Amino acid sequence: MNLDLVWSSLPRLLDGLVLTLELAVLSLAIGLAAGIGLALLRRTGGAGRWAVDAYVFVFRGTPLLVQIFALYFGLGQFEAVRESVLWPLLREPFWCAVIALALNTAAYTSEIVRGGLEAVPRGAVEAAEALGLRRAAVWLTVVLPLALRQALPAYGNEIVLMVKGTALASTVTLLEITGIARQIASRTYAPLEIFTAAGILYLAINLLAVVGVRALERRLAPEARAAARR
Amino acid sequence: MKRLILAAIAVVALSTAVDAYAQSRTVRIATEGAYRPWNFTDASGALVGFEMDLGRELCRRMNATCTFVAQDWDGIIPALQQGRYDAIMAGMSITPRRLEVIDFAGPYATDATTFASLRNSPFAQIKAGDPLDMAEISADEKKTIDDLAAQLRGRNVGVQISTIQQQMLEALMPGVRVRTYETTDAIALDLVAGRIDALLVDRSALKAIVEAEGGQGRNIQAFGPAFTRGVLGTGVGVGLRKQDQDLKRAFETAIGEATRDGTIARISTQWFGYDISIRN
Amino acid sequence: MLDLFSLGPRGWGDELLSGTVVTIAVSVLGFVLGCALGLATAVASLSRRLAPRWLADVYTTIVRGVPSLLVIYLFFFGSSGAIMFFARMFGYTGFLSLDAFSVGVLALAVLTGAYSAEVFRGALQAVPRGQMEAGRAVGLSDGQVFRYVRLPQALRLALPGLGNVWQLVLKDSALVSVTALAELMRMTSVAARSTGQPFTFYVAAGILYLLLTTVSTLLFVRAERRVGRHLAGVRS
Repeated sequence: MNLDLVWSSLPRLLDGLVLTLELAVLSLAIGLAAGIGLALLRRTGGAGRWAVDAYVFVFRGTPLLVQIFALYFGLGQFEAVRESVLWPLLREPFWCAVIALALNTAAYTSEIVRGGLEAVPRGAVEAAEALGLRRAAVWLTVVLPLALRQALPAYGNEIVLMVKGTALASTVTLLEITGIARQIASRTYAPLEIFTAAGILYLAINLLAVVGVRALERRLAPEARAAARR
Repeated sequence: MKRLILAAIAVVALSTAVDAYAQSRTVRIATEGAYRPWNFTDASGALVGFEMDLGRELCRRMNATCTFVAQDWDGIIPALQQGRYDAIMAGMSITPRRLEVIDFAGPYATDATTFASLRNSPFAQIKAGDPLDMAEISADEKKTIDDLAAQLRGRNVGVQISTIQQQMLEALMPGVRVRTYETTDAIALDLVAGRIDALLVDRSALKAIVEAEGGQGRNIQAFGPAFTRGVLGTGVGVGLRKQDQDLKRAFETAIGEATRDGTIARISTQWFGYDISIRN
Repeated sequence: MLDLFSLGPRGWGDELLSGTVVTIAVSVLGFVLGCALGLATAVASLSRRLAPRWLADVYTTIVRGVPSLLVIYLFFFGSSGAIMFFARMFGYTGFLSLDAFSVGVLALAVLTGAYSAEVFRGALQAVPRGQMEAGRAVGLSDGQVFRYVRLPQALRLALPGLGNVWQLVLKDSALVSVTALAELMRMTSVAARSTGQPFTFYVAAGILYLLLTTVSTLLFVRAERRVGRHLAGVRS
């Protein structure tokens, strides 16, 4: 392996970094909102619970690559889809990838949030109710914040998985880090070096994400908050 | 568990490919298996096409046993250099850039490159089929290319990654937004879906797309000149490692004979409907 | 539409089925090899010495932080170079390379190893100290304590976590399609292209993967019940 080539290709791969981050941040943001929504919908029981379980079952049980291809190449097959209001969005590879990634992460996130919700102590809810807070206020100010804090470590893993998942966007013509790497590799015929450089870049993003989540965990820990107040 | 692990190791060890040359004149030929009618995978999962038939014919003349392996296009040259196989027959044109890293025997065929769009696109109005030899571009031809480039400026044009068509767009029409795909079929799907405005492929590949069994390409139509040579290279050859000069000589002889006695023309007509062999 | 999936030479049903078999084979072999690797990594990470701990840490951090697609690419393009490097040391000058199946198995094994190391580590740590001390007290060597006392219990504790790792690996096996191995994803893409019916085939592939993940989840649950049988009375 030619180490010089690894280093010299890093700056060119940075061209794809912005797109990788855009894909990751957007899909995570949409997926988080949808995941919380799904977790809450599941608690309504009945059809809501059934629908969410089915959704989670399908999206967790199939490879992300299949989901991306079904959405990108699959939906484009239908005249009706191409004439629908959604087409301006689905027409763009970028939004197709964002939607596929977001649908995927929403399924995992809803399970993570569900775990967090189940871990909220009944006592905290009862205490809030005893203070005379309305139901919505109890949820917004007590249950959800506690659940999300509880879910944070598991969500950190999900962030890393999504950053890695964005690499699959290269299969639908997007030139994010992996896409650029494939372009360079096809020109230099040195795939090993280029993909190593791309790997270093992903590793750096993920290490930063992990450090960030850990810092957030520490800040949100009850002891730290108590200390800050004093 | 332990027995399972040992079995797993054994399977991996057994399937490790051994030295190709030790196995007396076995030539492993890589192809893409997704470039109809040159090479593709049929509904029984087998590799078939012009290059499979031609490859078998060349190997018969070389007294060699040939096996075909599928390999994705964008890694096909690096994997040759690494010795995963000994030759490439995948509609690969001989270009200066590729000659820097590998060698070629041949060419054994040549075909023009053309743009295509949907029938209802404004591009479909542009006259199609005039030959444009880019080996030496005249002032008139330069104008034709530049006019076309101006019309395509800012539009999305699909090409297969790492092909002469990608090189051609980047070299001659820098204002065009190039979208790269892994296979030509994927480009066709996106043209029909309206994600790209035009595509640039071999004439033969376009014919296969238009005539595809599923009918997905029936609204696709060529436009603009039929480009040859220049950035597009000097025809399609057998890709080989630079150090395998014996194999190159064997292929050269076989290709020469098969061209002269009309065998390549015959196989070509069978798959393409016209002759793409190298005459004279 | 049904003839698209027929088993004959004109339909794609038999190709999807043979692809499914290859997917199962490459995933199972990769998973089994990877579990051995993951266990070794977990043991190394619990070592008292710095070097093994450090090695285990570097390995899991790198593989877990890099997209699986890149890991597979790196194995595909890197394995021949690595093998030939060692072959050269023994004076061999020809070409050696792994076929796509072996590359797939090895890449999935390396992924499994990194994912499962955490699971094994947690399980090994969850075995109460007292048990190991008791083992030593009855005269077992350190190796014997590990083999007869700690490992069997850790494996039982690791089973649910390994079930999750298996799901990850089964889904990652779809990425091995980039090596042109004729597994389920690859055959699906070939069929989708050839017929111009991508939606039909990708949905079909999704259903097949769903079937695989569901059946294997049930198998893992049964295995958990089986190895937990002797504890059924203790817990309740």
